[in-house]
Amino acid sequence: MHHKITMNAGALNAGLARREALKAGGMGVLSVAAIGILAGEPTMAKAAASSADADILNVALGLEHEAIAAYQIGAESGLLQKPVLDAAVLFQSHHKAHRDALIAAIGKLGGTPVAAKSTSDYVASLDIASVKSQTDVLRLARKLERGAANAYIGVIPSFKNVAYAQISARLAADETMHWTVLTQVLGDALPTQALSFGA
Amino acid sequence: MMRLKTLATVLALAPSLLTPTAGHAAAPAGDPVHGQDIYESRCSACHSIDANRVGPAHRGVYGRKAGSAPGYAYSPALRASRVIWTEATLARWLTNPQAFIPGSRMGFQVAEAQDRADVIAYLKTQTAKK
Repeated sequence: MHHKITMNAGALNAGLARREALKAGGMGVLSVAAIGILAGEPTMAKAAASSADADILNVALGLEHEAIAAYQIGAESGLLQKPVLDAAVLFQSHHKAHRDALIAAIGKLGGTPVAAKSTSDYVASLDIASVKSQTDVLRLARKLERGAANAYIGVIPSFKNVAYAQISARLAADETMHWTVLTQVLGDALPTQALSFGA
Repeated sequence: MMRLKTLATVLALAPSLLTPTAGHAAAPAGDPVHGQDIYESRCSACHSIDANRVGPAHRGVYGRKAGSAPGYAYSPALRASRVIWTEATLARWLTNPQAFIPGSRMGFQVAEAQDRADVIAYLKTQTAKK
């Protein structure tokens, strides 16, 4: 069953790519994938599609590295009290699982997973100097979680392989769960409008 | 009679054919305040105005050559592109970055033209420090 779905998705992608190739040809611009299809080189087209998907997953991996570092800095800050600290450690473990899944997927696509930056880099780029209380930690974490959820939603249309689009949706769901818990802990109101993420 | 009617139709269409956006919908006017909201909810996962993070810092991006923010490790494709970030190029980039510059790493798409215009209007306000 799973095999059948994969093949259908592959056929759909090939059809769409062929149409894109013809469209692009009319404009005098051909992507590597389009050239591969027109030249009867499906391997070349497949490689370009895999490379594009690996690039998107690598950006996601960068986000996960940043989230892991942010929760680590928060946990070690002495600002978090139990049970908030326990929740932060749990969420960090989710991000570590995301990281590991992304590293595996990027490797499978032939890409090179990006490495995490140094803690001092994250301290500077996340403006940790301005974080003075548990509320500040939670607000920073919530901002990162919302951004990550929206990022995972926003890249879905770009994936060439729908299986990675589905993974992106699953990652967005985890980030949304984190955002919701953090919002409740902060005592803030939930969105009154539907479809509040990805917009 | 038929010829006159055809001529009238051509003349009526002429102004739109002569504009630079012929064949495309005109870009809507951007609202920088709403653009900031969108930036903070969607772009700030990877970007900050003043810090290179997962993506490059955005201060001064408008009018800058693509792939030229100091200290950020760009993809070879973006670095080699000759794109200058204007309203038109930013709109194409935000519509589908990997279609606009194949080989670039960003996959995030902003689907709505108005949202793109608003984000661009906001980025225009984030000028380089003097």
